[in-house]
This record gives sequence, structure tokens and C-alpha cells, in this order.
Amino acid sequence: MSASLDIRLKRANKVYHEGEVLAGVVAIVSKEAVQHQGITLTMEGIVNLQLSSKSVGVFEAFYNSVKPIQLITSNIEVVKQGKVPGGKTEIPFEFPLHTKGNKVLYETYHGVFVNIQYTLRCDMKRSLLAKDLSKTCEFMVHCLPQKAKLQPTPVDFTITPETLQNVRERSLLPKFLIRGHLDATNCVITKPLTGELVVESSDVAIKSIELQLVRVETCGCAEGYARDATEIQNIQIAEGDVCHSLPIPIYMVFPRLFTCPTLETINFKVGEFTCNKYKSNSATVCGLPMADRCDSLFLCRV
Amino acid sequence: MHSRARRYESELQSCGLEVAPVEFSDYHPLKSITVTDSKSRRGARKGSTSSSSSSSSSVAPDPLSSMLDGTDPLSMFAAASASESPPTLSQSRKRREKEDEVGVDFEPWSSKRGEILARFTTTEKLSINLFMGSEKGKAPSLASSAVSEKVRTRLEELDDLEEGSQRELLNLSQQDYVNRIEELNQSLKEAWASDQKVKALKIVIQCSKLLSDTAVIQFYPSKFVLITDILDTFGRLVYERIWSMCSDPRPLPDSFTADEVNDTAKETCLNWFFKIASIRELIPRLYVEVALLKCNRFLTKCGIQETVPRLTAMIRGIGDPLVAVYARAYLCRIGMEVAPHLKDSLNKNFFDLLGTFRQIHGDSVQNQLVLQRVEIPVYLTLYSPAIHWILQCVSYRAPEALLTEMMERCKKLGNNALLLNSVMWAFRAEFIATRATDFIGMIKDCDEAGFPQHLLFGSLGRSLACADPPEAERLPILNEAWKVITKVRSPQDYINCAEIWVEFTCRHFTKREVNTVLSDIIKHMTPDRAFEDAYPQLQSVIRKILTYFHDFSVLFSMERFLPFMDMFQKDSVRVGVCLSIMDVFIKHQQEPTRDPVILNALLHVCKTMHDSVNALTLEDEKRSLALLINGFIRMVSFGRDFEQQLSFCVEARATFCNLEPVLVQLIHTVNQLAMETRRVMRGSHSRKTAAFVRACAAYSFITIPSLTSIFSRLNLYLLSGQVALANQCLSQADAFLKAAVSVLPEVPRSISIEGKLRSSEGFLLDFINNFLSALLVVPDHPEAGVLFLVRGLLNMVQDYTWEDNSDAKVHVYISALPLLAAMSQESYLYSIPKVDSNETLYGGDPKFLAEINKLCETLIGQVLDHLKTLGRDESIHRQGSLAFSLFGCLLAHGDLRNNKLNQLAVNLWNLSHKQGYCNTRTSVRTLEFIKHQAQQPDMVHLSDVLHRLTLQSRT
Repeated sequence: MSASLDIRLKRANKVYHEGEVLAGVVAIVSKEAVQHQGITLTMEGIVNLQLSSKSVGVFEAFYNSVKPIQLITSNIEVVKQGKVPGGKTEIPFEFPLHTKGNKVLYETYHGVFVNIQYTLRCDMKRSLLAKDLSKTCEFMVHCLPQKAKLQPTPVDFTITPETLQNVRERSLLPKFLIRGHLDATNCVITKPLTGELVVESSDVAIKSIELQLVRVETCGCAEGYARDATEIQNIQIAEGDVCHSLPIPIYMVFPRLFTCPTLETINFKVGEFTCNKYKSNSATVCGLPMADRCDSLFLCRV
Repeated sequence: MHSRARRYESELQSCGLEVAPVEFSDYHPLKSITVTDSKSRRGARKGSTSSSSSSSSSVAPDPLSSMLDGTDPLSMFAAASASESPPTLSQSRKRREKEDEVGVDFEPWSSKRGEILARFTTTEKLSINLFMGSEKGKAPSLASSAVSEKVRTRLEELDDLEEGSQRELLNLSQQDYVNRIEELNQSLKEAWASDQKVKALKIVIQCSKLLSDTAVIQFYPSKFVLITDILDTFGRLVYERIWSMCSDPRPLPDSFTADEVNDTAKETCLNWFFKIASIRELIPRLYVEVALLKCNRFLTKCGIQETVPRLTAMIRGIGDPLVAVYARAYLCRIGMEVAPHLKDSLNKNFFDLLGTFRQIHGDSVQNQLVLQRVEIPVYLTLYSPAIHWILQCVSYRAPEALLTEMMERCKKLGNNALLLNSVMWAFRAEFIATRATDFIGMIKDCDEAGFPQHLLFGSLGRSLACADPPEAERLPILNEAWKVITKVRSPQDYINCAEIWVEFTCRHFTKREVNTVLSDIIKHMTPDRAFEDAYPQLQSVIRKILTYFHDFSVLFSMERFLPFMDMFQKDSVRVGVCLSIMDVFIKHQQEPTRDPVILNALLHVCKTMHDSVNALTLEDEKRSLALLINGFIRMVSFGRDFEQQLSFCVEARATFCNLEPVLVQLIHTVNQLAMETRRVMRGSHSRKTAAFVRACAAYSFITIPSLTSIFSRLNLYLLSGQVALANQCLSQADAFLKAAVSVLPEVPRSISIEGKLRSSEGFLLDFINNFLSALLVVPDHPEAGVLFLVRGLLNMVQDYTWEDNSDAKVHVYISALPLLAAMSQESYLYSIPKVDSNETLYGGDPKFLAEINKLCETLIGQVLDHLKTLGRDESIHRQGSLAFSLFGCLLAHGDLRNNKLNQLAVNLWNLSHKQGYCNTRTSVRTLEFIKHQAQQPDMVHLSDVLHRLTLQSRT
């Protein structure tokens, strides 16, 4: 009596845009015929917000969780109460991705405090004796490409002991000079972040140079706004004492799902991705890595 | 029994077949059929059936192998599989592709692999540091350790993003390390097979992380090899999986484009790349991405083209120059495999390497070396495999201008010995050879403390061994090079370098220079018995000299050659060298020689080989040794000086007494010598030559008993007897044949042939038949009785313990009948010039004939008795066939006019047909033969017989 339920989307990469049609099949595989009380499909798009304990306190974070915002929802009955014959049955379905009113389908994003998620759920109701079957499947939504042409805006940067933040004893730091540039701070999300970095001089041997991608999420609630920055990924671009005055490439692919184009709405804001450069020295006083905060990035999709 | 009178001449004429001349050079049943199709032959096809390599395959000219035209079927298959048939593309397109692709002249990585593993080893303890999710069973010692450590490990566990734990394996020996890596390789494959893709990726990442660790730096090149093997496996697995995803409905062609790949495969591929892009550490990210380089083909057309330069630039971020250079080598390797046309990236890699070259002599490297107690020259040699490889990729089919540019850029850098070495190693030999003098200058300018100079000269010598420098420069080059080589202090370094330069010397100079080189080597290697550690190199020196000097008189006239040989003091090595010398001698010596220098030297060499034989020597080894020594003996000829030749054989017998095949060869040589003497004297010996041939016979007579193989003894007795007879040495011939007869009872019932025990009966029958036919011409000894030898033989046959239940004895009796019949003729079938056979001795004396008849009767009686026993034993089949062969014998040789004989023949026929076991076709043909014979004038009586013979039909 084991029947299995599956949802298969037509697109292999499961990426859809607003206005398109979400199409696929519900596949039921079973050895014998399955008696059921109807199969339904539910499509839902939800923004989940959570407050960080850091900005509002533990209890508030727990109780004051902001209500999720529903972006899109749709429910259809695929098959009426009846019997599905044994073997493999495929039932095609289609959902137009249209929003009601002035709502916009934001891009899928999995963050720490902000989550934008689109799911498709299929339920098969059965009699009391048998368990209901259910299957959930996530699909991605990408927002529509931006119309305006993107101008690359290169930025140069210099890192020296003086430019470092949150350092107490500046005098104890070894001398070094790192120059570099990023090819653009307005980045296309599908293209990597590129640039170059040159170690001009360093008194001590360099251990590692890393590139950190940080997201800043802001949630609005009754008490005001909570703004938090968390690391998405950290990529090493130089290991060991690299050759001085030789340009080293900066290259980072933006991870899917964990990044999205910079977004700002009434209730929440995802954006201000920033990129930090780390420099670790073997001979720093306390052995702590030194980080230099750098430019905020604006991500978009073209 | 009465034998019929024979007229051999007319019989031969009447029954001889028509002679069809056969051209040997054209036809041989064993020769392979060679199709020479001149139209479709391409130069590229190697190892076609018509290739002839007979000169190198056989030790001695062997009629069979020369007939076979050098291609035995086995090696033909090998050759066929080696040369894959080229795709049928249009010529022009093929040529264009050729330029892009990697040809056979590109030395593959697989050949370097083993070399690196063998060369870069360590005795120090290694450690593997792994984060593995899967490894269960944590080290049990944790519980008992100090609290602080416990806390630390826990914190580490928390830090660890993976679900597993950190495992650090310390104190591994090199072998343990290699085993560990192999285990990882296995678990990678297992994980992949059980669909645990993430685990597989984790394993690969952890492995490539090991490459950033330069502790125990001497082992780094080997570590690189081991770990890149795993990466290769991983790359292949991923590629194959994605490829198989697109194989529906039909597999992708090899030259597919990204458009033909379906979405699911693309998505999977993209997923892999996203996963790799988020690997935190630089080195694993780099290596894994390089390993998956080929997968870019699934995504976009120019994916590889864009990725390779990016990866090249990424390597700049690696601080440690050694780690960086190996990463480059790996990128070049995969690049060459996947996209050989992307030359620019290869060049970029090399120029980047030059850009960071100063790092090698930087502070952080120096500190590390002090810490690990590694000397600079040792450290620098660690770079060689990687730089060699990069340069080999870069210079492969590169234009001259590019090579020159690279040379110039290398020259400009300081401390460039390391690069220079790789340049000489990897660039085309011709390029190096034409600039050899420049290179010598550059080598001399190099810093002594850096890269070892002898290695540089070694690399130069390697190039010069393959390509020739300008004629005028050769001697100065040799002088300059040898000046440095001779100053190398360590014997091992010295011999490594000298060995390479011997080839150059042999190639371009005469024995005088080679002799000088040899004496220098002797001078360096003799103190403290340094040669003991350098046998492979010394052997290689000998091999090289032998390749270039085929004239052995020149070779042995080199004063230092034999003293050089004396350095091989370990037996096995010494024999190996002797073997190679003899091999070359046999291959290249065309004319027989009597040169005392060659003979003495080679006799010495052969003696060394012979003396290596002991109780433990394998049969095969003995055989190959004997083959070589035989080849040498065959090449010795003193021309007309037969006595000298005989005394050589005497000496050789004393020297090679342990190798039986050699003794056999010597007996053959001496027999041949006797026959040669006979030829020279045109059959009539003078007193002196008669004495000489008797001496030859004596030689054989005393040599044969020392052989252990019974059949070679028998055959040689017979052969030597025949030779003695031909040379009119009657008593000697008698002695040989008598000896043969007396040895007969010793023949064992079974002998071992090629390790298997076989019945000796067939061999014995063959020999006896052969012996019988020789007996026809042997005159009876005046003091012994009539047919002394025949009787003696038959008595021996009678007494011999034949196998139970065998007809062999009777077969011998039946085959003795034709001999006796032939002996009773007035003139014999054959005779030996100047030797009176029994025909002349007895002159058809009736007493002699009566003796023969009596003997025949006895034999027939014995055969009939045996037939009777067979009848009793119910072995009817054997009875029938024996009766039939006796019938045939009587028909051919007996006088059937004799009534008794006539009746016997008819009875035999009936007996053989009684049970219906006989072959009807043979019977029919026999009857036809009798019919045919009966038409002859004196054979009319046969038609009577014919009437009485009835053919029993099978039904």
C-alpha cells in the first residue's frame, strides 16, 4: 500500500519570473490503485522576518516575531475524490505567477533574519485509515531584469595600519601597504566580483588574505528597526607570504539563494552587501587577524 | 624368409613423383601472407605486417624466423594494438588538428609519475590532517587527556563546520602515508558509487588541502603526485556522470557542443561549480576547479578558454613558491589534456613563474629551510619535476622565436640555474645542441652554492645525446664539460653525470676519447669501492659503448675496457654485463673471426657467464646463457687451420663443462670440422689428415659420455659414428655405434620434456629406425660375427623393459625386416665412398644370405607370437594394425614367389581384415598398388596373390 507523491517542475533549474507560468506534473507512483479524497496543490510565497536577539533583546526576539508577509498564494484541486490507478500517474498542472494588487514577487532569498521563500505543496487527502500524503517543493523566483544600463564604477582602495578599524594599539602594528581596486561596486549578481590587489610592502610575512562577503539585513517592527550584519561567505585569495608588488586577482562568485539584488521595502531591507578584506600577520601582538572594512556593494540582476 | 631382389634405380624412376621446384624465397607454409597495397599505405601506420625487424629479434640466424620475415603473430598483434587506426578524416583537416592536439611525441605525465615517486622519498614522519565527516570511532585517548586539551578539542569540534571531527594522523612513515592516500582514493570511489556526492567532494577538498602543507618538504613532489591522482579520479567521475546524464536518447559525440547538453545536466554541472566557488581556502578551491576544468564544456563553448587564464592568475595568490609551481604544473597538465590549443595560458603560467621566481630565494623560504634542515641544492631540485613539466608543455611544438624569447627572459634572472636546467631538459634537443657552447658558458656562470652544477651538465649531456651540436664545437664542448665533471667530488654525482656524457663521446668520437673517458671513470670510482653503489650507471655506460662500437676488435683494443669490466664485482651484475656484450656480439658480428684479442676477451666473458651457473640457476637462464655461448662458438673460425680450431674446442670444452647445450654444440663443431677436412681433401685423407679426423672422433667419443640427456647422447653417438664412417675411421665408427647400443638399456621409460613427464617410447622408436638405416652401410668387424651390430641392437631391444602392453618391440622387429632385406641385395641402396660395406665384404655369399634369412625368420616368428598373444588379450584392433604393417613389409620387401611367404602374407591380410577394424581406404589403395605392381614383368605372381586377397566391406 505504499504510494509516493512527487512534484516535478518543468524547468530543471526551478527558476521562474513574475508573469511566467509555473508548470509541472504531480507524479503518483503506487503498485495498486489508491483511494483518496482529493489531491490539492498549494503555491505560496512568503517573507519571514525574525528579529535578532542582539538588537532587541532575547525575549522580544522570541515573542515579537514579526508576522510573515504573504506575497502570493494560490490553491487548486487537481483531482477530485476518487481512485488513482496503480502504476505511475502524472497529472500536469500550471500556475500563472501573477500577484494581486501592487504586491511584487521579491527574489528568493535565504538569509538569517529575512527569508523569502516560494513553495509548492501537494496534498493527497485520504480516508481515516490511511495517512495523508504530502510533498513540498521549493521553487526560485528571480525578479525581472533591471532596465537601466549598469555603469561599472571601479573603486580603488588602500589598506595600511592607519585605515584599520577597531584596533586599539595602532603603534604596535607592523607596517604594511596594500593597494587594490574593485572593478565595480554595482555588481551584477550572476557575474563574479572581480578586482585586483597588490601587496606593496609588508614588514612581516603575510599568512593569508581573505575576502569576506557580508550581508546587512534590516527588519522593521513596532520598536523600530533592527539592523544586522552577518557573514555569507569567506574566500581566501592569497595563502602564505605572497610575492610583493604582483597583482593578485580578487574573484568571488555570489552564492545563489544567500544573495539577492539589493532590496528595500517598507518592512524590511536586504542589501548593503559589503566586502571586507582580512590580513593576518604572523607576528601581530595578540595574534588577532586584522580586518579592513571596505565598500558596500549594490547587487542587481540584468 | 626370402627377400626379393631390388633394382633401386629403376624403382626410383618409376615411382618418383614429378618434381615441382619450390622457390624458397617466395613460398613457405609458415610465412605470413603479406599484402602490400601501395595505394592505401600511409606513413602514419606503424607496425604493419610487412615491417621487418628480424635483425634485432633473433640471436642467431634461424631459418624459421628468417622465413617468417621477422613478424611472429604475437608481436604483430602487439604492434597492431599499439597503433590505433587513424580516423578517416580528410587529410587537410587532420593536419590542422594535429597542430592543436598532443601527439605521441609528447611525453605523457604517466611516465613521469613513477619517476617522481621513486626519486622524492623521505624517512621522516609525516602527518595527515583531515576533517572527515564519515570517519567513525574517535581516538579513545581523549577521555584520559588533560582537561584543557579536552576543552580545546571540544571547541575545535564546535568550530568545525562539518558534521564530523578533525583527525590528525601523526607519525606516519612514508609507506603509511601512501597507503592512507590510497585509502582515501578508495573511499572517494566508494562514496561516489553509493551516491554520496557531497562526501566525495569533501574527501577531495581535504586531500587537496594537504597540498598546502609543506612540512617534510622533500616528500612534497611525491605527495603532489599521489594527491593529483585522487583529483584526476574525481574529475573523471564528475565528467562521466554529467556526460551520462546527456546520453539519453543517444550518447553525446566526442566533439559535442554546449548546445547539445540538456538542462538537467547543465544544472548539475552548474551546481558543482557553485559548490567549488564557495570553498573557503584558496588551494583546495584551485585544485578542485582545475580537476573539473573539462566539465566547462557542458556549459559554454568558450568556458575553458575563459577559466584557464583566471586560474592562472589565481595561482599568484599562493605564497609558497614550491606549492605555487606545482599548482602551475597541475594546471598545465590538465590544460594540455583538455585544451591543448590554449598555448597562451601555458606561456602566461611560465612568465608568471618567472615573475615570482625571486620568491624562491626569499626570507620566508630560507626560514623554512633552516627549520626543516634542508640544504639549498636539495630544495632546488624539488622544483625540477614541476618546472620541467611546465616547460615541456610550453615548448611543445612551440615556434623557435618563442623558445628564444623564453631563453632570454630566463637569462636575465639571477640565480637561474634551476630554470636553465629545466630549459635544457624540456626544450627540443636540437635547440639546445645548436647553442651548446652558450649553455656551457651560462652553466659556468651559475652560483656554486645553488643548484648543483653536475645536474646542469647532466641535463645538457642528455640533450646532446639526442641531437648533434655543430661539428666544430664538439671537441671543445666535450673538453669543457669533462673539465667540470671530473671535478665532481661525490662518486655518485660524478657517475650520474659521466654516464650521460659517455653517449655523446661515443657518438662523435673515436676509441681514443672513449678510452680516456673510461680511464677517468675508473679513477673516480675505484677509491673506497665506490663502484659498488653505481652498478646501474656503470652498466649503462657499457650499454652505450656497445650501441656505438660494434667492431669488437676496436672495442677490445681499448686499453681501459677490460679494466672497466673488472669494476663489476658483484656476480649478478657482472653476468648481466657479459650477457649484454655477447648479445651485441652475436647480433653484429657478421664474419667468423680468429682475432686472438677478440677470442681471448670473449672467452673470458663467456667463462664469466658460464661460471655463474650453479645449482640454483633456472633452466631458462641456463638455456639463454648456452644460446649466447653457442653463438660465440659458431662465430669462431680459424679458416684452414683445423688443428687450431680443434684445440680451441678442447679449451672451450674445459671452460664450459657445465652447460650441456654448449658441449653438444662443440661436438657438432668438431664433427663439422672432420667433414670439412674431408671436403678439403676431396674424400681421400693423407696420413696427417687421417690422424686429425681420428683425433676429432676421439674428441667426440670422450665428450659424449659427459652429457646427461640420454637422447642427445644417443643421437650424437650415431651422428659421430656416421661422421667417422664417412672419414674411413672404421674402428672409431664401430666404437660409436657399439656405445650407442650399449647405452640403449639406460633409456628411461619416461623423460621430462618442458617440465612435463612424457613417455620416451616415440623418441626411442625414432632413434632405432634412424640407427637401423645407418647400419646398412656399416661393414662387419672382421673379428666379430656376421651382422654383429644388428644382432646386438636386436638383443638390446629384446631385453629392454618396454612399457607394459605396448607393441613397440614388435614395431622395431617389423622395421628391422626392411634393413635385412636391403642387406641381402647385391648392390646396396647407398654406400659411403671409400668404405667397403657388407655387399663387397661378403659379395652375396650364400652363407651370409642364409644368416640373414635365419634372422628374418626369427623376427617374423617373434612378431607372429606377439600377434597370437594379442588375439588372446582381445586387443583385436592392435592385432589387426600390426598384422597389416607386417603384411605391408612383406609385400614391399619379401619375395612372394616363395609359397610359404605367399601364404603368410595372405593369412596376415585376412587376419587384419577379420575384425573389420582396418581402414578400408588404405586396403583399397594397397590393392591398387599390388595391381599396379603386378603389371611389371617380374611381378606377375602378384596377380595370383591379388585374387586371394578379399576386401571385406564394412557393412
